[in-house]
Parts: sequence; structure tokens; C-alpha cells
Amino acid sequence: MRNAALLVRALRDPASVRDCDWSGLVSAARAEQLIGSLAFRMEGRAVPARVASIFEGARRDAAHARTQALWEAEMARRALAPLGVPAILLKGTAFHAAGLEASVGRSVGDLDILVPKASLDAVEAALVGAGWERMKEKGGYDDDYYRRWMHELPPLIHRTRDRMIDVHHTILPMTARPKPDAAALIADSVTLDNGLLVLSPADMIVHAAAHLLADGDLAGGLRNLWDIDRLLRQFAAADPDFWLTLSARAGQHGLARAVHRAARLANDLYDTPVPEAWRTWNGLDPLFRARMLARNGWGQESRKALRFAFYVRSHWLRMPPLMLARHLWIKATRPRASA
Amino acid sequence: MRHRLSLQIGPVAFRIGSAWKAPLDALARLYASYPAPADGLADFTVRLEPEKPWRRFFRPSVAIQGDYILPDAAPLSLAHGLLAAEMGMNLQMALGQKRYLLLHAATVEKDGRALIMTGESGAGKSTLAALLGERGWRLMGDEFALLDMDNGKLLPFPRAISLKNGAIRVMEAQVPAARFGPRLTGTPKGEIRHLIPNAHAIERMQEAAIPALILFPRFGEAAAVRGVGAAEVFMRLTQASTNYVALGRRGFDALTRLVSTLPALAIDYPDTDTALGLVEDFRQELAA
Repeated sequence: MRNAALLVRALRDPASVRDCDWSGLVSAARAEQLIGSLAFRMEGRAVPARVASIFEGARRDAAHARTQALWEAEMARRALAPLGVPAILLKGTAFHAAGLEASVGRSVGDLDILVPKASLDAVEAALVGAGWERMKEKGGYDDDYYRRWMHELPPLIHRTRDRMIDVHHTILPMTARPKPDAAALIADSVTLDNGLLVLSPADMIVHAAAHLLADGDLAGGLRNLWDIDRLLRQFAAADPDFWLTLSARAGQHGLARAVHRAARLANDLYDTPVPEAWRTWNGLDPLFRARMLARNGWGQESRKALRFAFYVRSHWLRMPPLMLARHLWIKATRPRASA
Repeated sequence: MRHRLSLQIGPVAFRIGSAWKAPLDALARLYASYPAPADGLADFTVRLEPEKPWRRFFRPSVAIQGDYILPDAAPLSLAHGLLAAEMGMNLQMALGQKRYLLLHAATVEKDGRALIMTGESGAGKSTLAALLGERGWRLMGDEFALLDMDNGKLLPFPRAISLKNGAIRVMEAQVPAARFGPRLTGTPKGEIRHLIPNAHAIERMQEAAIPALILFPRFGEAAAVRGVGAAEVFMRLTQASTNYVALGRRGFDALTRLVSTLPALAIDYPDTDTALGLVEDFRQELAA
């Protein structure tokens, strides 16, 4: 297994996977945080006994991850309830809370929430009061950097539950060129039956695409793209006008390019049904595709040069050149332990 | 990976890949009498990789990688590559094993009944298990006890026994030199030497046993035995388990069943002969 194509094929078309490099498939899926999703896709299919047992364990893990994610969301809801500000769940926790297809087997790391920028101080104080602690030294370079330039507070971690929370006020760093309409994200959020808040369907896609393509170096890209595949399928099936809504919304947030590329990549890798008009040719798509697949059957990262190019790109997207130079200088010259 | 090795230990199969030959040669020698996984597959993958690309040749530094990793694990020198492989396998079990309730404990079995010995590092559980393994007991494992949550039985996981410091000399006096791995000095845990379990333990490594007694041994104190209440046993075993929380209700049910049906004793012992004598007394009491 030279790249993750087998993993992608197994997710896209589980019936096509019979005799294969099972250990390679499992290792690549674990490395890409897709073992739970894969385990549900392969449920009930003929696989070797050892693999069946691994998948069974992964499905159980997923159930535990769901409970834990929803409990964490509830803890944050309770901590923030007195403030009366909307706290919108993002990413994996939102998928679980809303019971979306994308939540099937989905692992969840941190709790991500979105709050109005004007409420950041109050939200942080309420969380600290409820047992969350700062991980970055207050007033240090990282802390300062987050507060000035990032779309989220420096991460907080809960003292006893050991779980992190990322408090966002928008979905891209302040330094990124696109300026998403954070007020619209909040205004159009959806209240679930259980009282929790999530983004509107179109905004969920926009956020997932922004996270995947307009920020970061595509680490975990296959998982994020799998989210997008599941979301697009479900939303498009429920609403015939979904693609029009999505197009308008992506434009409103200045993220049309990212959303279109995400849809093309999802179509290419996961066979996501995408309207004809969206399936245009783009010369850079093959590079994104190759970067997504850069994982071998030992679970190792492959294509180091390409990975590095995307790493450089991620900084380029985030920072103007002078700021980048200063940032890299500080990161390179300080003691490693705090890096 | 350039060099690779597959191992079946009890119910678990590992695939170990390495950028260097030496650690896998040492590992292959230690596990020479173990069967290869019959299906050729792996439950877990461990990788030994250079910490940075140039650290393959220049001052080689072995990073422990694999399906499950600790992000801040310190790399080891190539001389300790065997230890890195062993630690990598432990890590996969501790972080990734969800089929069994995992207890950080040594287990031995005689007449179908198993003894679970748990305690902090240095309590002597590995040494006691190794000694009992040479005195008519079957060594099931010195590091992890695997509890089958469906039937309450223990599964063997007889890895090479990791002897540390003083325990090395104790066992060298009892076991032929051919059953030892290389002496690893200056490791983060001091001196380490691996002991290959005897043929009996390896041949029967697919054979489960019924747990009969829980012991909390403590080395270096005057001989003493006290009963331990179920609540304390339960708490100590949750702390000794790496996956209790992740297993949820199933883990809780299995552990309460274990704790409510088994006697538990804390034993202090000044020397290993005392401990072995106590264990033999307990066995006869249980059999009676």
C-alpha cells in the first residue's frame, strides 16, 4: 500500500474490498482517524476474523466517543448558560449532537464552539470558573498570538476531565484573506430539539471546507473530506435547492473557491454526487488529491516534499510575509520545550 | 518499512517495522519459539523510525511510532532498540486494546486457576511471576492481564519478561543463559534484561484460565498479609487498568464481577522466598 487509495476505496465502495492488505488498511485508517467510519462502512461484510474484531472494537470506541463528546458539550452548555450568549457547536460534536450521517463512527478530539466575538471575555471567564484551565502561558507569545490573530481563544483544558475546548469567534484566522461573516453564522444557526445549537447546513459545509482548504496543511484531510461527503449527500438529498443555497452562502463568506474545491475533491475521491456545473477542471486539484492520499500502509506519512509544500502554504494562507518572518523567527529561536 | 517482523502473543498479533535491522534481530531471537500469526494479519502496527531523517545514521535515535502513539514519548538510542520495540507493543495494548479489559498486572496459573498480581512499579510482580513460572506455575504474563468481558476468564499474554535491576540477578541464578535477551544498560528504567518464558508458557498461550485470587504484593517490608475489601480492590484495579473508562458499562460489569467473586490479599514480603511460600499456602487453601 503506497498511498491511502485503498482506504478511500473501502470508504467509497466497501463491497469492492475483498482480498487486500488488511493490516495496511487498518493502520492507514487509524492514522487518518477514520477507523470508526470504516468500521461502520464495513459492518456485516465478509472480512477476516481479526479485522472483524478490530472493527467491532472501533464501533464500540465510536459509541464511547459520542457519549464523551456530548457530555463535554453539555458541560460547556451548563457553564455558559448564565451568560445567555449563543454557543454554537462545531465540527464533530455538532455532527453527533444533530445525529447527522457524518457522525457515524466519527471520532471527536476537542470540543469546538463558536460564540460572538463581543462575548469572548465573558465566555473565557465562565469556562475558567467552571474548571477549564489555560494551556498557554498568559501574556506569552503564543497566548498573545492567539488573542490578536487567531479565530479562537488559546485552547483551554478541563482540570479533571482532561478535555480541550476551542472557543471560536469566527471560522478562519483574522490574518487569512477571506473574511467569513461570523454574525451571519451565528444569526442563522439552528437550535436542535435537545436545546444545543449548530450551524445551518450550508454553513457547516462552508466551515468544513474552510477548515480543510483555507487553513492548515491538510493534516487529517481524508477525514475532513469524508465529513464533507457525508454532509453533502445528506443535505442535498433533503433539500433540492441545497446547492444553490450553498453557492450563495460560500460567496457571502468569501469562501467560494474552497467550497468548490472541496466539492470537486469529494466527488473525485468519495464519488460524492455534485452538480455538473461544479465539476470544472482545475490544474491544482491533482496536488490536493496527492496530498490527501500521502499515507502508506504502515500508517506513515509519505510524499515528504509535497507535505512540506502544503505546510508552507498553510503559513502563507495565514500570514502576510513580514508577519510570517517574525513568527518563524520567534518559533525557531525559543527553547524547544515550549514550541 | 525496510525491516519487518510479525509476532503472535496470546490472542494479539503485532506487526513491527523498523528502519534498522538490529532491533528486529534482537526481537526475533527473543520470540524465536513463538508462532507467526496464522492469518498473516496484525491487530497492531509498531514502527521504529529515526527521530529525524538524518538520525538513521548519524547518532541513531529510535522514535517509537505506530497505530497508537504518545506524542511526547522520548526517543531511545539504537542500542536500546529492542526496548523501543517492546515499549511500542505495550503502548499499542495500553492505548488501543478494546477487546479485553486490560489490567496492569502479572498473571500465573496452576490447575486451571489464575493468580492476578498487581501493584506499582517495583512491587515485584514481574519477579514473582517469573519465579513462579519456574516453579510449576504457568506464566500467563508479567505486564498485562487480559480479562475476557464475556466469560470472565483471563487470557494469556506471555511476552518476554522485562526484568529490571536486582531482579535480573535473581533470575540469572535460576534460568539458563540461553533464555535471556541482551543486557540493556543505562535505559530510562535502569538496567533491563528480557527473560523468555519457558516452553510450557508459550505452548499454552492460547489457553484461558479462571481467575481465583488477586494479590497486591509489596517488596521490602516485613512479612504481613491482610485482606483487602472489595471497594478498595475495585478502585485499585480501575487505576491499574488502561482501558476501563473507554470500555464503559462492559468494563464496569466485568470488573465488578471479578472483584465480587474473588478474594484479594495485600502481602508484604522481605524476600522472594517468603512471597513464594505465601503464594503456595494460598493455593493450597483455595484448593481445599
